[in-house]
Amino acid sequence: MSTTIEARKKFLIGSGIIVTALILLAYAGYTQSKTYYHTISELSALHGSSLRQRMRVSGNVRAGSITHADGRTDFILEEEGKSLTVSYTGRDPLPDTFKDGAPAVAEGRLTPDGRFDAEQVQAKCASKYEATPSSASGDNKS
Amino acid sequence: MDIFGSFALLLALLAAVYAFGAGIAGILTRRVLLTKSARNAGMAVFGLVTLAVAALEYFFFTDDFSLAYVAAHSNRALPLFYKFAALWAGQEGSLLYWSWLLSIYAFCVLFLNRKKHPELMPYAGVVLAGVQIFFLILNNFVASPFHVLGSADSSGVFHLTRLPEGHGLNPLLQYPEMVIHPPMLYLGYTGFTVPFAFALAALLGRYPGEKWIHITRRWTMIAWGFQTVGILLGAHWAYAVLGWGGYWAWDPVENASLLPWITGTAFLHSVMMQEKRGMMKVWNVWLVFTTFMLCILGTMLTRSGVVSSVHAFAQSSIGNWFVGFLALIFLVCLWAWWLNRDYLRSENQLDSLVSRESSFLFNNLILLAACFAVLWGTLFPVLSEWVTGSKISVGPPFFNKVNVPIALFLLLLTGVGPLLAWRKTSLDALRRNFAWPLAGGAVAGALGFVFGFRNFCALMCLILSVFVALTVFLEFYRGARVIASRDGANLFTAAIDLARRNTRRYGGYVVHFGMVLIFIGIAGSAFNRDTQKEMGIGQSLAIGPYTILCQNFDQVNNNNYQSERATLEVFRNGHSVMMLYPERRFFPASQVTETMVALETGPLRDLYVVYAGRSPETDKPVIHAYLNPLVKWIWFGGLVVVIGTGLAMLPNRRAALALRSVAETSWAKPPEGAPAVAAVRSRGDAHD
Repeated sequence: MSTTIEARKKFLIGSGIIVTALILLAYAGYTQSKTYYHTISELSALHGSSLRQRMRVSGNVRAGSITHADGRTDFILEEEGKSLTVSYTGRDPLPDTFKDGAPAVAEGRLTPDGRFDAEQVQAKCASKYEATPSSASGDNKS
Repeated sequence: MDIFGSFALLLALLAAVYAFGAGIAGILTRRVLLTKSARNAGMAVFGLVTLAVAALEYFFFTDDFSLAYVAAHSNRALPLFYKFAALWAGQEGSLLYWSWLLSIYAFCVLFLNRKKHPELMPYAGVVLAGVQIFFLILNNFVASPFHVLGSADSSGVFHLTRLPEGHGLNPLLQYPEMVIHPPMLYLGYTGFTVPFAFALAALLGRYPGEKWIHITRRWTMIAWGFQTVGILLGAHWAYAVLGWGGYWAWDPVENASLLPWITGTAFLHSVMMQEKRGMMKVWNVWLVFTTFMLCILGTMLTRSGVVSSVHAFAQSSIGNWFVGFLALIFLVCLWAWWLNRDYLRSENQLDSLVSRESSFLFNNLILLAACFAVLWGTLFPVLSEWVTGSKISVGPPFFNKVNVPIALFLLLLTGVGPLLAWRKTSLDALRRNFAWPLAGGAVAGALGFVFGFRNFCALMCLILSVFVALTVFLEFYRGARVIASRDGANLFTAAIDLARRNTRRYGGYVVHFGMVLIFIGIAGSAFNRDTQKEMGIGQSLAIGPYTILCQNFDQVNNNNYQSERATLEVFRNGHSVMMLYPERRFFPASQVTETMVALETGPLRDLYVVYAGRSPETDKPVIHAYLNPLVKWIWFGGLVVVIGTGLAMLPNRRAALALRSVAETSWAKPPEGAPAVAAVRSRGDAHD
């Protein structure tokens, strides 16, 4: 059954090539899109290359901090007493749920002056189910 | 009524526990009466869970906001069918819904097979009951939908409260598709329990022969069909409702629904290896196991908020239950496999690289690679936090980089695989089968390049799509020509006749053709365009061949929502072609604003217009217009896939007649129409 062994060998080599190519692609995609989650208090401890990472920071929008000026929206995110000034320069309008006090997630990079340049801002509904103690979840599509 | 519902759920749990315990006892003691009573208990679960669902719906329909779940997901002004759909709008209800669908499947399986497979069914019943026990425990003790609202006073006495009005259904869910998308997807998720039950049952019972694999394959096809419809409806919902111009974002919950679909697809292909050549038995059993575990994982991701997603913002402890259950399933599967691994010994080896077998092997390899990549990317935030302490997520570039080449390779195999012979294919046969499709693909590629398909992946996709479509067409044509020349019928009726003689094969081709249409639609996204502009009345915006003129802004109110609406006139080549009315609706009950997309859809392109809100500086309305080519092909392709799946599940028409004479002679070598063989054989069993 030499043909069988031959076929198996060929199949294994082919598989190896495919899997290697896919791993390389996956790695390229990973470095291109990896995003770190940080809390606001962690940001001050970052140094070196980790300052230039793409990251995602969450917190609550400080009431009255939202200002709009020439195509830019500035606001302050707060979490556990720490705060972070965020500038949103993206093209898409901010979500409707983005309001004073709403929990929001900003995705982007830190600028050297300590501001956060957000390319994307997501906001969650300010918990509308607080009145109903046992209901934990609301917005599930499926 | 809440007590009624709670009791129904509790009794359902008891019935499931009895079905489980008595089922095992029946297998061990070989007492037929015990096995029978276990089966009846399994069927009773269906009735009891149905009562609980009816009780919960009763609260919704009577606007009784004394239940926390009803108060959180409904309000008086909600249209009636959304009140019905509110059943699965939140955590508790959708878990109840899971249990209910599972109990429906279990009932069907137990009832339809009550006189068949006496060696297999007791085991399958026990596995089904085991899964039901887990979900019923959640329904009863962890996430009961029958929690009443109320509070204890200082002396510890509990006072019930009934709210005058509910908080309303999440407006995102107030869309017709949301009434059918979750049921479809859940029918897929729960449906994979049945193949799992049969696979585990066959392994545990060391069920002789390959009959179980036919049963498993049929039930997998049912679940797979529902899962396909569910995923596509979800994509369409995201497209038509969420207003960001796309249909797939590699969101964790979307990924979760894709994972079992991928492994299910892999199983539906590799199962043929086992039927025809007795190969890949271990692999198939583990594919079925994995598919089921991915369904549970998917449910967990949707329900627990382990990975943050637009769908699963809530954090809850229910994840621990699912992790525990997953670990338990894995251990049981591992134990069953280790105990019976000699039962799964392969009968054949791979003979040649250019053969049907190797095309299936490659198909499985890359499907599993895709599944692994998607799983890895979805769980990466959790995994990286465990390993390095910092939470890292990966975005669409990761998923696209891996999956686009995989998809193209799969498309190639879709064309090549079905035309390769088992064992070994000669060069001559290759030339005969592939010359025309290859030439067609090359011509399509050249034309595409001339007409502006400069994106490499899109061009490859076009070439391969035409190639696959032509192979499918040629298969029908060749078969139909033979029948036509013999019966004197025309080619079209001959093709229908052909499909009905071997539904599985030709149904499979139709599914492949549907997938080709979907691929073409997805390739269209390489040419998406969009533009955004602040628009006052009388101002216009240009996108592609269209000019959009803003005519008016007005308000529309009803007692469910208040809406701001733009009236836009669309011109093409100076002629007015249509009116579009994108809206923003404000829902007072839930205090949420939603976007209503205005969508003009055609076979070549969709014009997708969103009223994005008012500019914060100028207070002028912002209109965001998207031009998305070929999106409609995805939905149409989905329809073709469903038709193909349905066709593949029909019994073969002639085969059953022809087999009656064969039946007397021998069963040793099942001929081409394997499913029909199974049907006829099982009918034979019923008389035993």
